[in-house]
Amino acid sequence: MSTDTIEPATTAQPDTAGRTSTVGRVREVLAGWDSAIIAITVVVLVVASVTNPDFGSSRNFTFLVLDLAPIFLIALPMTFIIITGEIDLSVASVLGLSGAAMGWMWNNGFAIEMIIPMCILLGCLLGALNGFLVAKLGLPSLAVTIGTLALFRGLAFVLLGDQAVSNFPRAYTSWVTGTVGGTSIPNLAIPLVVAAVVFAVILQATPLGRDIYATGASDTAARFAGIDGARLKFWLYVVCGAVAALAGVLWSLRYSSARADNGSGLELAVVAAVLLGGVSIFGGKGRLAGVLAAVVLLATLQNALRLEDISNEALTIVTGVLLIVAVLLPNLLKTVRTSAQRRKLQNAS
Amino acid sequence: MSAPTRVAPSGAAKPSVKSDEGPSLIEKVLQVRSLGILAALIVLVVVTTMQNSNFLSSQSIRDILLAASIVGVLVVGQTVVMITKNIDLSVGSVLGLSAFAAGSVMKGADGAPIVVGILAGIVVGAICGLANALLVRFGGVPALVVTLGTMYIFRGIAYLWAGGEQITADEMPSNFLKLGTATLLGVPVLVVVAVVAVVLAGVYLRRYRSGRDLYAIGSNGHAAELAGIAVGKRILLAFVFSGAMAGIAGVMFAARFGTVDAAAGSGYELNVIAAAVVGGVAVVGGVGTVWGAALGALLLTTINSSLPVLQINQFWQQAIVGALILIAIAADRLLAVRAAQQLRKRSAHVD
Repeated sequence: MSTDTIEPATTAQPDTAGRTSTVGRVREVLAGWDSAIIAITVVVLVVASVTNPDFGSSRNFTFLVLDLAPIFLIALPMTFIIITGEIDLSVASVLGLSGAAMGWMWNNGFAIEMIIPMCILLGCLLGALNGFLVAKLGLPSLAVTIGTLALFRGLAFVLLGDQAVSNFPRAYTSWVTGTVGGTSIPNLAIPLVVAAVVFAVILQATPLGRDIYATGASDTAARFAGIDGARLKFWLYVVCGAVAALAGVLWSLRYSSARADNGSGLELAVVAAVLLGGVSIFGGKGRLAGVLAAVVLLATLQNALRLEDISNEALTIVTGVLLIVAVLLPNLLKTVRTSAQRRKLQNAS
Repeated sequence: MSAPTRVAPSGAAKPSVKSDEGPSLIEKVLQVRSLGILAALIVLVVVTTMQNSNFLSSQSIRDILLAASIVGVLVVGQTVVMITKNIDLSVGSVLGLSAFAAGSVMKGADGAPIVVGILAGIVVGAICGLANALLVRFGGVPALVVTLGTMYIFRGIAYLWAGGEQITADEMPSNFLKLGTATLLGVPVLVVVAVVAVVLAGVYLRRYRSGRDLYAIGSNGHAAELAGIAVGKRILLAFVFSGAMAGIAGVMFAARFGTVDAAAGSGYELNVIAAAVVGGVAVVGGVGTVWGAALGALLLTTINSSLPVLQINQFWQQAIVGALILIAIAADRLLAVRAAQQLRKRSAHVD
C-alpha cells in the first residue's frame, strides 16, 4: 500500500531531468503541495483583508492568533508522529485532562507557578503511556489512542465533574490574551513562532529529523540503518503529550475556564490540518511548513467566514473538501503522469 | 484461479491449521475472545443485580437493549468495513444526515406511509456510503482520510440543510414515532432491527464466500487480489453497506428520540469504533466478528446503565470505556502471540 513512500522530503526538490513540459509541470505541482497550500493561504489572507476591513484590525488579528494557537501547537508534534507512520488521537483529551488537573490543583490551593509545570509533567506521563503501548508493545496506534482518548477524557471528568474553575490569577489570563507592549502582536504569537522554528529545524535540518522520515518510510529499513524507531516513537509521544498539556493550560487561561470538556473533538481538527498540509497518513512524507500554512488557512477561513456572518458549519464543509482534495489531487496527478509516461514509452518503441 | 469455496471459518486468510482435531486453533482463540466479553458482561450484570434486583427487570433490560440498538446497527456496518482493513469515521455524520432526511420527509408528507421516511433515511445513508466508497476506491485515498473529510462534509450539509432548525416530535406523524416504542412479541422493534442486522451480517461474513473474501482482503489485500478476489468491488460494497446501516440507524434515531437537529449522532463514530475494538475487531483488518462487535456494544451500554445502580459516579463511564479498549487490544495481542507460538510448535512437530 505504501510502496511509494521512499522519497522523504526530496519531493519538494525540483526535478533534475528536464522532461517534457507537461510531465515537468505536473511534477512541479506534485512536488510543491506545501508551496501550493502556502500560496492559497496567502491569497486567502490578502482577499480577506481587502474585502473586509475588520479582518486586518489588530483586535481581530489577536483573536485569530488565539483561535489557532491550540491547533498550531499540537500540530507540531502531531506532524512528527504522523510522519513516523503513527497517529495520536488522544491529544484533545490530554488537553482536557491537563486543564482539569489545573483547575483541580487551583481549587486545592496549589500555587500557579507550581501548577503549570505539574500539568506539563502530567502531559509527559500521559504521552509516555501512549508511547509505551504503541512503541514498546507494538499495539496499533489508532486503536491505542482511541482508547486513551476515552480514558483521559474520562479521567478529566472524574477529576472535575461538570464544574468550571475560573478564578485563575489575572496576571496570567491577561498575558495570554494580551499583546506585546503597545504593538498589535499578541503575546502568544512569540512562543508559537519560536516553537514552530524549533520543530521545523529539528525535522528539516537535523539527523533526528532524518530518522523520523526514515522510520516512517520503512520501519525495517530504518532499523537496519541503526535507527531505534521504537525509542524515537516513544519520545515523540511524550513530547506530544507535553505540548498538548501546555495547550490545555493556555486554553484554560485564555477562556479563564478550566472544564473537563475543554477542546473536545479538537483531535480531528489537528489531524485534518496536518493531512491538509501535505503529510502522508502512511508516513515518511510531508513538511512542517505546509502543515503550519494549513493551520493558518483553516483558522483564517473560520475567522473570515465568521466576520461575514457565514455560519461555522459552512466551514466544516470547506475543511472536509480541502482535506480530501489535498490528498486526492497528488494521486490524480500521479495517474496522469504515469499514463503520460506510458504513452511516451509506447511512442518510442 | 478461483478462491477456495470453503475457507476455514474465522480463519481469515491466515494459514489455517490443517488438523483433524476439531476446530482450528485460530477459531478457538476467537471463541476465547468472545467468551471473555460475554463473561465480563455476565459478571457485570450479576454484580449490578446483587446491588439492585430491579436491574434485571424486564423494563430495565428493555431500556438497555433499546440504548444499545442504534450503536448496534452502526457497529455492524463498521465491523464489515474494519474487517477489510478500512475504517469509517463518517458514520456519526451520516446518521445525523439520514435522521434529518427521514424527519424532513415525514414532516413534509403528512399521511405518507412511514416506509417513505425509512427509505429516505436508508437511501441518504447509502449515497453517503457510496461517496466514501468511490473516494477510497478511485481516489486512492486512505479510508481514514476520506471518512475524516466526509465526516466534516456530511455534518456540514446537515447543518446547512437544517439551517439551525429542529424537527420536533409533534411535527412528525405519530405512526412514525411509534416505531420507536412499538414492540414485537414484547421486544422493541428497534431491538429486533438490530438483532436481525447482526444475525444477517454475521451469517453472511461466516458462511458466504464473498463474506470470507472480506477477511482475506483485510489480512492481505495483495494476496487476495492475486487469489482472484474482486478487492475493489468488495471494499466499495462494504462502504455502501456501512452507509446504509448508518442510514437505518438515523431512522431509528429519529423515531426513538422524536427530536432531530443537525447535531444528531455527533461523536458516535468513536463510540462505534470503541464497541467494535472491545468486541475484538482489529483496526489492522482481517480479524473480528459481528457477534463480538455487537457484544462489545452491549457491554459498553450495560456499563453505562449499571454505574448509577452501583453508585459509581457517572463521570467514570468514559474512563472505564477507555480502559476497556486498551485491555481489549492488549488481550488481542497476547492471544495472537500465543497462537503464533502454538502454530510454530505444531509445524516444528510436523517437520
